[in-house]
Amino acid sequence: MNARRFFARLWRNRVGFIGFVVALVVVLAAALGPLIAPYDPLAQAIRERFQGPSGTHLLGTDNFGRDTLSRILHGYRTSVLVSLGAVFIATIVGGGLGLLAAYWGGWRDRLIMRFMDVLLAFPIILLAIAVLAVLGPGSFNTGLAIGIVYTPVFARLARGPALTVLSWDYVAAARALGGGALRVLGKHVTPNVMAPILVQVTLSLSTAILVEASLSFLGLGTQPPTPSLGLMLSESRGTMLLSPWVSVFSGLAILLASFGFNLFGDGLRDLLDPKLARRR
Amino acid sequence: MFQYTVRRLLDLVFVLLGVSILVFLMVRFIPGDAVAIMLGANTDITPERVDALRRQIGLDLPVYEQYWNWLTGALRGDLGTSIWTGTPVGQEILARLPATFEITLLALVLALLLSFPLGVLAARARGTGGDVVVRVIAIVGLTLPSFWVGVLLLYFFSIYLPRWPAIGYVPFGEDPLGNLARVALPTVAVSLPMVAGLTRILRSSLLEVLSSDYVRTARAKGVSERVMLYKHALRNAMIPMITVIGVQLGYLLSGVVVIEQVFAIPGVGRLMVGAINERNYPLLQGVVLVVTGVFVVVNLLVDLAYAWIDPRVEYS
Repeated sequence: MNARRFFARLWRNRVGFIGFVVALVVVLAAALGPLIAPYDPLAQAIRERFQGPSGTHLLGTDNFGRDTLSRILHGYRTSVLVSLGAVFIATIVGGGLGLLAAYWGGWRDRLIMRFMDVLLAFPIILLAIAVLAVLGPGSFNTGLAIGIVYTPVFARLARGPALTVLSWDYVAAARALGGGALRVLGKHVTPNVMAPILVQVTLSLSTAILVEASLSFLGLGTQPPTPSLGLMLSESRGTMLLSPWVSVFSGLAILLASFGFNLFGDGLRDLLDPKLARRR
Repeated sequence: MFQYTVRRLLDLVFVLLGVSILVFLMVRFIPGDAVAIMLGANTDITPERVDALRRQIGLDLPVYEQYWNWLTGALRGDLGTSIWTGTPVGQEILARLPATFEITLLALVLALLLSFPLGVLAARARGTGGDVVVRVIAIVGLTLPSFWVGVLLLYFFSIYLPRWPAIGYVPFGEDPLGNLARVALPTVAVSLPMVAGLTRILRSSLLEVLSSDYVRTARAKGVSERVMLYKHALRNAMIPMITVIGVQLGYLLSGVVVIEQVFAIPGVGRLMVGAINERNYPLLQGVVLVVTGVFVVVNLLVDLAYAWIDPRVEYS
């Protein structure tokens, strides 16, 4: 389906459209953050600390007088970049492994999928924490950790439909004619398994944002002074009784980003995957 | 059913072995010398001390022998000793499990209790203007950062109910009321996303059942809507809810691990974070192994229960 038809259908699917707009705003905020942020996110102004929302500071200031809106805009950059990176890794590695497992079959299929089962056995946050314990804290490692956590999800998701597609006559014919793994998988299988993968990418972005915020909140993810929404929430707790605004807005910002991608994913599922949509 | 159970048990053994290998190898993936990192900031690091610690953890043996010792030890309940305190890791974990499991379990119960009426209400709103609203609210709930909800709850309670013991933990056996008061807020916070998730699933499966042929037949026979909904539809709609409980428990546990930090609850989450900050790797390995092990077993039980309840499940 081309872009115009896609957006026409998205427009009619009201829920998905709202999600698309919210997600777009979040991504734009992340991309343009440094340009549109009214203040330097690290600039301290001791005289202006603990302010509520006002004309000069739209979302108020924190315990160092730093502008909350500017910090959230920069925080979005971290969240969105880390989440995008994580989901990208998971899609390429996990999706690739799932496709190869389906293509190879036999012991290699079993080996790959067993390994994925093992990764899937860990509660998400435990695996992410363990990976971060090995790699050390930081935004990049957080993205890597979340990417590893989500890899088995994509492997499973790609393998199932890939098995079906590989059994189709024309794909079997392409294989029989000597098409290599890359050609058969890339040209014939991938386009046919894209729909559920795209939906999962969007939904995973939504949860990756929450996981990134959780890890940074625990002090294991993004490290100060890099602005991060989870860190902002964690740091603001101590001074909440003086001024709750930073806690309120940083949490709202996390919610908004995660909500936007989830709603968008929900709408995408209606559009791209009619079979799944019925079950929602 | 018997065959299915046996096969799932074999799967379980395999997965647990894989988990144990990964957890065991964890420390070996740490870039640099893990022992030197563990000793970290201590100024009096002598080569003798490094060697002593290395021997204490068994790092001087060949890798497969280390794994074998570690695994057989773990099976006997011996997970090694904590590096700094010297207390057995198993003991430290056992001391922390009750708080985490209590909150996880209570949150599950609360989510089930709330999602039934909400799911029925949501299914009834089908086709009305409220439909979109219900969907949007459910997704807001689903993506609610529970640690944020916890922070806000803590704030409101400290302002409006300053005498409420909102922070810390006391075992139920010591002070039942104090225990419940302290776990109430974290339980509510972590269960909200699950309430939203279960409500959504119940709604969609209710709608599916209500549009099925046998419900239409029952309607034609003149069965009242009430009986239809509560007797026929709800029972069948419950089945998909059981399947997701396993997955949802994972999210729930993740939520609890994080929220322990908000309410200063001495559970496994705080134990893990502390272990990382202290570079106490034996302890960290123990926590990950034990919690994942419990999680995997519970998931298996949920699956078996599901197969037992729903005769339509294929065991192939």
